[in-house]
Amino acid sequence: MIITDFGYCLAPSNAVKVDKTTDWRFEKLCALESDVLKCIGCGSCTAVCSAGHFSQMNLRQCILSLSRGQWEKSVRSLSRCMLCGKCLMVCPRGINTRHLILSICRIYCPGEGGSNA
Amino acid sequence: MINKNIVIVGGGPAGLEAARTLRNAGLTPILLEGSDRLGGHLLEWDSLFPSNQKASEVLESLTADLEGIKWFTNSKVEEISRIKDIYLVRTSSGYTFQANAVLLTTGFSLFNATLKQELGYGIYDRVITNADMERYFATGEHPCIHEPKTIGFVHCVGSRDEKICNRACSKVCCATAIKQACHIKEKFPLAQVYCFYMDLRMFGRGWEDMYYNAQTKYGIRFVRGRVCEVSEGMDATLNIKAEDTLLGKPIRMKMDLLVLMSGIRPRKDTEDIASNLHIELGTDGFYSPRDPFIRTNESSNEGIFLAGTCTGPATLPETFSSARSAAARIIEYLESK
Repeated sequence: MIITDFGYCLAPSNAVKVDKTTDWRFEKLCALESDVLKCIGCGSCTAVCSAGHFSQMNLRQCILSLSRGQWEKSVRSLSRCMLCGKCLMVCPRGINTRHLILSICRIYCPGEGGSNA
Repeated sequence: MINKNIVIVGGGPAGLEAARTLRNAGLTPILLEGSDRLGGHLLEWDSLFPSNQKASEVLESLTADLEGIKWFTNSKVEEISRIKDIYLVRTSSGYTFQANAVLLTTGFSLFNATLKQELGYGIYDRVITNADMERYFATGEHPCIHEPKTIGFVHCVGSRDEKICNRACSKVCCATAIKQACHIKEKFPLAQVYCFYMDLRMFGRGWEDMYYNAQTKYGIRFVRGRVCEVSEGMDATLNIKAEDTLLGKPIRMKMDLLVLMSGIRPRKDTEDIASNLHIELGTDGFYSPRDPFIRTNESSNEGIFLAGTCTGPATLPETFSSARSAAARIIEYLESK
């Protein structure tokens, strides 16, 4: 294929392609951990997070990203979690956040210690 | 029908409006109020959104003409029993009233904010509630309000929170917060005022305009995130933690004054009254109407009617409409007997 240099190029789209985000991992997560559907995105978990103060760890954003099929970056940031459970205490929807984080790790990063967690 | 007795339990806005409507229709309702004054929560509020009309003016027009209404204060209902079609209502003042129909207008109670310990109400002096704020607006005095530079309003305290067993939205706190935020900004124009919200529910007529004015005219700053921890610094200022969820980052701030928007909860005696009268409660703890669309003023027990916030959070105009429709429904019921 001959690629002609027109003197410009197209930047890759920054949009989330929602049509293409059906993701077996998220469906599996919902089946295992229906709590994930309860999140109203208030950000309480992130506000109290001991790790989030110093890193990109953000459970609210992670849950939202997973539901949109954008999981690579956000799941990695969960590795900062120390399982202190403060998020569990403040969640207004009563989500068992600690259990949820472990389930996310089990499904999204098996073999990185997640499967044994 | 003129000989028929109607007992109204609760002398707040709903009870007063229903009593007036029944009186205007030629009946002589009996209005029972447990406290020593008629008016309910209106007595504790300074002004009302969205027009900022004084609550006392509304109360005055409600109580201006009570002729033809037999009203009793300090008359808490202790027991309601039924003999055939007649209800017997016994009060703490020692009277027993006969009634062909009973209208419950028992209202709500504000959430006790000390139960959300992490927000520091009752622990730190500069954390106050919406009710305290109204008292301050009415009297101009509060020991901890001296030229605050930063003021925060925390929405959804005691509502939309499963940790205190209340999933429901209190419906009116968003508008109340914005009303109070604008009002305090008028008093302290140099202060920076923040509203911490989860979702802004400005569904009423004129409410969106309040929000618009709060943004543009008053410069109130809105942060989408829930305040979940408050602590006090050495200088008595408050340190708060939240996430700015639109920014996607945790935020930390110092506040000179924090106002918790306590939500609407069922009164403590709701459950007792419901079991006494065999009427059903919803999962939110408020009385359930017989049908949510048409028979909204009827309870599951014949002859017992409902109006106002004892059936769930409502604005004042909604409460008045509900009271008038209950009165109309009671008249229909008594005529059919």
